[in-house]
Amino acid sequence: MRQLLLLVLIILCGFTFIGRLFYLQIYKGNSNDLFEDNALRKVWDYPKRGFVYDRNGKLLVGNQPSYDVMVIPREVGEFNIDEFCALLKISRETYDKKLERARRYSPRLASPFVPQLSKEDYAVLQEKMRKFEGFYIQKRPLRKYETTIGANVLGDIGEVNNRDIQRDSYYQMGDLKGKQGVEASYEETLRGVKGIKFIQKDRFNRDIGAYKGGKFDTIPEQGKDITITIDADLQAYGELLMENKRGGVIAIEPSSGEILAMVAAPTYDPNILVGRERSKNFTKLYNDSIAKPLFNRSLQGVYEPGSPFKLMNALIALQEDVITPEEKVTCYAGYKYGNRFMKCHCYRGRRNNMITGIQESCNAYFATTYRRILDKTGSASEGIDTWSNHAQSFGLGNFLNNDLYVGQKGRIPNRAYYKRIYPKTFYATYTISNAIGQGEVATTPIQLANMAAAIANRGHYYTPHVIKNIKGESLPENFTTPKYTTINKEHFEPVIEGMHAVYKNGTAKFLNVKDIDICGKTGTVENFAIIDSVKTQLTDHSIFLAFAPKDNPKIAIAVFVENGYWGSRFAGKVASLMIEKHIKGHITRTDLEEWLLKHSLENEYAKPYSGEPFNINGKTQLQIIEEQDYYRLKRKLNRLNKSTN
Amino acid sequence: MLRDTNRYFKFDWVTIILFLLLVGFGWLNILSASHTGSTINYFDLSEPFGKQLIFIFLTLLLIIVLLAFDAKFYERFSSIIYIISMLSLVGLFIFGKNVNGATSWYGIGSFTIQPSEFAKAATALAVAKYISDLNTDIKTLKDQLRLFIIILLPALLVLLQNDTGSTVVYGAFFFVLYREGLPRIYLITGAFVVILSILALKFGAIATTAIATLAVLLCRFLIKLKLTILQSIVIICASIALSFSVQFFYKSILKPHQQDRISLWLRLEKDPKKLEAMKRTFAYNLNESEKAISSGGFTGRGFLEGTRTTGKFVPEQHTDYIFSTVGEEWGFIGSASVVILFVLLLLRILHLAELQKSQFSRVYGYSVAAIIFIHFLINIGMVMGLIPTIGIPLPMFSYGGSGLWAFTILIFIFIKLDSNRINEW
Repeated sequence: MRQLLLLVLIILCGFTFIGRLFYLQIYKGNSNDLFEDNALRKVWDYPKRGFVYDRNGKLLVGNQPSYDVMVIPREVGEFNIDEFCALLKISRETYDKKLERARRYSPRLASPFVPQLSKEDYAVLQEKMRKFEGFYIQKRPLRKYETTIGANVLGDIGEVNNRDIQRDSYYQMGDLKGKQGVEASYEETLRGVKGIKFIQKDRFNRDIGAYKGGKFDTIPEQGKDITITIDADLQAYGELLMENKRGGVIAIEPSSGEILAMVAAPTYDPNILVGRERSKNFTKLYNDSIAKPLFNRSLQGVYEPGSPFKLMNALIALQEDVITPEEKVTCYAGYKYGNRFMKCHCYRGRRNNMITGIQESCNAYFATTYRRILDKTGSASEGIDTWSNHAQSFGLGNFLNNDLYVGQKGRIPNRAYYKRIYPKTFYATYTISNAIGQGEVATTPIQLANMAAAIANRGHYYTPHVIKNIKGESLPENFTTPKYTTINKEHFEPVIEGMHAVYKNGTAKFLNVKDIDICGKTGTVENFAIIDSVKTQLTDHSIFLAFAPKDNPKIAIAVFVENGYWGSRFAGKVASLMIEKHIKGHITRTDLEEWLLKHSLENEYAKPYSGEPFNINGKTQLQIIEEQDYYRLKRKLNRLNKSTN
Repeated sequence: MLRDTNRYFKFDWVTIILFLLLVGFGWLNILSASHTGSTINYFDLSEPFGKQLIFIFLTLLLIIVLLAFDAKFYERFSSIIYIISMLSLVGLFIFGKNVNGATSWYGIGSFTIQPSEFAKAATALAVAKYISDLNTDIKTLKDQLRLFIIILLPALLVLLQNDTGSTVVYGAFFFVLYREGLPRIYLITGAFVVILSILALKFGAIATTAIATLAVLLCRFLIKLKLTILQSIVIICASIALSFSVQFFYKSILKPHQQDRISLWLRLEKDPKKLEAMKRTFAYNLNESEKAISSGGFTGRGFLEGTRTTGKFVPEQHTDYIFSTVGEEWGFIGSASVVILFVLLLLRILHLAELQKSQFSRVYGYSVAAIIFIHFLINIGMVMGLIPTIGIPLPMFSYGGSGLWAFTILIFIFIKLDSNRINEW
């Protein structure tokens, strides 16, 4: 018995120790993850974010350094908090609140504590940082805009949120990420890959050198520079012309699908979304639910296309062989169907062929062709599908599958769509508004610009895109292969002739530019708003679609000006000027320019919110801007002209 | 030729191999815990791992010398060895060198030697010699007292030199004496005192007295243990006296740092702020060593990969806290293996001790096992936070020449004695 005492104790002790080891190392044990190890300091090395250049090599977006104070809550040691607060220029309450918020996010992961220190604060703080255990300074590149234009194209970068982190483990709290525009769509190209250094700490929180001689460190991979297809001068000019108006302008190079300009009005200076003021300014932009400066009207604005859509109907009619270019249709100052009547601007009894039909934008002509398309086989349901397929082959009614961060599908109705509305019987006349681009059809400016490009190319288009070149990479095939429409090449000529006639002696004859053969089409779109739950008609949208020159086109453009009334009044002028700017580099139609700068639609936009009854269209008076505003715009124009030359 | 091989194989190779494994693995961990920088010069004599390599080399020579002596030599000269050893301890009061508050070292050039490490082996020899004397009867009080003197003399000397850790080790001889026939009352009393002391500290004197009284009454009436009324009263009174005196001892005799160690161990401190402060000050080592062990996980960080070891987060890691390096770098697999190696070594020695035909060899072997066991228990228990902090090295593992040689002597004398077993009739 006596021999057993020590034996039993030894065995008991062995089991106890192994049990304790199990508890410490397996039950409570940490993983071997270096990132979890608080004996190592993790220093992230953020790469240079790629620069953004315009198509002419002009630098639009660069970088500036920024310094954030970061905190790892569980590692916060004991130090003089008041001294720390004084250095950071925050109060003790703010300190506690921020620390608590960081701890709630995660006690073991870094959170930004005070972002974007000023250079002076950084210099002072850096020296003493070692004293404040658990805190460190993270350097990261912040954007620096070399321009004041293109906010909707360029986008901005902002701090990642919890969703971003969950979706992509690359990001950590405090990281910056593209939020809109090319910053968002080319995030992975621009951001590069951050590097990390593991630094061995000792128990006094001092660095004693690279962990394992830097074996696990990674060097940052620089972000790639990108060149975008935007012509900064043309973009700036478009933004200037659209001041005091709302709407979108998209200009595309038909031979490549490159987007030359993408104006969304109103816009803002991208610089206001950089630095410590960012969140305040962003909130202000975000909360502006009336002008919606963050709403990219050229990509997201879904409008009924109006008369430019007649071009589509003409093309479909020719392809379906239901009309010839020469056939004449009589207009009765409108079009009678059943017991209803669609008005037209033509004088009673005018006989239009296709060219004059486009030139005069004759409703009767296009109502006739539209009915013929749908009734070709005797079944309007079949007809509407044929019609819909042709229209969709131009990229209408669907996302364009491009590299822009936002977009809208628009709508090209088909049989299934109308089946829901008219379950029993369906006739072409039910949808006669589609003939003139109203009713159920809806498009975005970029879709319409793409349609213009497809017409300019006589039957094909390249997916409109904003990327021109990524250093060391070739563009995706999607952007370099032509997409063919379902309309044969020969059918485009009469339509283009018609568009040319619009400029020669049609609805845009006052917008001609010397030496450039422009083909265009005006549009005037009725629109409604719900005001106090009453559907109220507002002044028509001014729409214009064009390309130039007629042969070997260099630019295709779509312009939407909200509540600008008829097509050539606002949109047409913008289109003509943009075309001239792009092709000639300078403006001869300064009269148009002058007119656009001077006139504002702000009073038009204020009407629905005024709470008072108001007049529309013909019964309104155009607003002329204040003199000082005019001079401000003039100065902008002069600066722009100087930089172009 | 055949005789030579016989002689060669009569040493217990299991023990030798376990010993060498522990020494070798220990050195790897000392290397890990003490190296700085990325290039390692193994023979760098300014670094602990370099010195330890020399110590290990000298240990191999020492083993040859120890095994070369005749087995009878150790028995015959045990008294003289004991006396020399005691003199070396006394000499410390005059020539001793103070390191970390303990006057336990003789300084010879840049090397120091710690006689208290060797005194354990000497005491083991003396105890074995005295018990194995034909005139000794451990059941008599006279012999018990003499044995206690033999054991307590070195214990007292090291205590006076402020080396509490080494003093505790002499408690190991209790197991030896008990094995050799020390009356059971000592065991019962000892266990009783230990349990009561812990209870008194944890729950206070009054509660403890109540528990003790209840226990005695239960024994008397329910289990019908043969306790007279007088015995019962004596036990209860003793409990009361003990409970109060433990409180007094804890509050008035123990030094504040010792109080804190016990207070942390028994979780007497409830104030979380004070506890946090403790963790940052004196319990720092323990806290860091637990964290280092935890961070090893199942497989460990890998040799030389431990960040806490590299960052020297655990002070004294190459000496008393060497096991935390094992924990961090070799993980559960490595640490459990070390525990198992120690248990195997101890059981092997114990097994061999029981096989001895001479009482001297048996008592000595038992002493070896008991001494190593106490080191193993206290050191690893302390590093893992199971036992209050007591500074003693982990045998074969911790850095230090004296310790390594002392354990070498302890174990190899026994291996020599064991090899002679066949001749003892």
